[in-house]
Amino acid sequence: MIVAVLSGKGGTGKTLVSVNLASISEESTYIDCDVEEPNGHLFFKPKAVVSEDVLVKYPEVDNALCNGCRKCVDFCKFNAIAYIKDKLLIFKEICHSCGGCMIVCPKNALREEDRKIGEIKRGLSGQINVNIGILNPGEASGVPIINGLLKDVKNYRGNIFIDCPPGSACTVMESIKDADYCLLVAEPTLFGVHNLEMVFNLVNLFKKPHGVLINKWINDDNPVTEFCKEKGIMILEKIPFDNNLGKINSNGKIAVKEGNYYKKIFSSILEKLYEEVQDERTINP
Amino acid sequence: MKILIPVEKKSIDGEVCKSFGRAPFFLVYDTETKASSFIKNNAADSRGGAGIKAAQLVVDNKVDGLITPRCGQNAADVINAANIKIYKTINNSIKDNIEEFLENKLEILGDIHPGFHEYGGK
Repeated sequence: MIVAVLSGKGGTGKTLVSVNLASISEESTYIDCDVEEPNGHLFFKPKAVVSEDVLVKYPEVDNALCNGCRKCVDFCKFNAIAYIKDKLLIFKEICHSCGGCMIVCPKNALREEDRKIGEIKRGLSGQINVNIGILNPGEASGVPIINGLLKDVKNYRGNIFIDCPPGSACTVMESIKDADYCLLVAEPTLFGVHNLEMVFNLVNLFKKPHGVLINKWINDDNPVTEFCKEKGIMILEKIPFDNNLGKINSNGKIAVKEGNYYKKIFSSILEKLYEEVQDERTINP
Repeated sequence: MKILIPVEKKSIDGEVCKSFGRAPFFLVYDTETKASSFIKNNAADSRGGAGIKAAQLVVDNKVDGLITPRCGQNAADVINAANIKIYKTINNSIKDNIEEFLENKLEILGDIHPGFHEYGGK
């Protein structure tokens, strides 16, 4: 099964949850799609790492061929091209690699070039396949990196856990596309419920089966539990507020390896995920 | 000499717009004829790269100077490439800024900011 772990904001526990679920599975793949600040590798410390560059296309101009018609300038919806003093000025970082400027150019004055925006690292941590996407600072969009990470997601081994970027923007949509199930991690606060609503709306839009995992739970009198009741969302599990868990996590250790108590919590989440995905496959084969 | 100012409304008595790229209108003021005209900024509702598109408009209007409270890096690259000077406003009154400009008192905008937002369509 492919499980995407997401949340409306950072720091709710996406990485904690996906790293521990991957660790407790017999066979698993962990994919860090939080390409702006991937941190799953801090826990897994993968070995035998292989890197590949992620390249995107952008246009270069041959000013000798350009006749100044500005068709490319008018075409670009991202305004990545300006025409100043009889010359094209191209803003590579703004270009979204659609290739439209090259199609509309009547003089074939534009050609495609590659540039590196980041990389993908793949390695092993024990039996776990670890895949990490890294976007270079200052780049506009991590989507091409996530595409590269998830291109062969269906061929990956065992349970697949996708550690999504925070929020509900394009990079998150790209990350959940192939997921069988979306696990929404939320904090039981007013702020938490606001962010939960964002991702809840997103997974509904994509018609993805989903459930909520409350992290840092104290008691059932909280806005997230209320929201889930009101919307009829299943709460898969509650991870109690726990200083020790925070300590384990901030030391880069994997909680399920630090004692039976945490093992039980994450085993229970994994069992419920199996059930949910199984049910879903029976209803919508 | 022609100067351009991002403005909120089509009125010379109105206020300078705080944003350059997403200002609704631009005032073009001719320092010789004292004539002012307003153009709609068609970059204002861009998904991304509004500064670049607005800067293109500035260049296409063949002005000699831009007077603005602030300007992003990409827009400044376009305007600089056309050798147009960027001046910093002293307050939000259009008239005050024109007056200061005519008396050569406006300073060149030094603090070009790297942009306030993620590029569009992310």
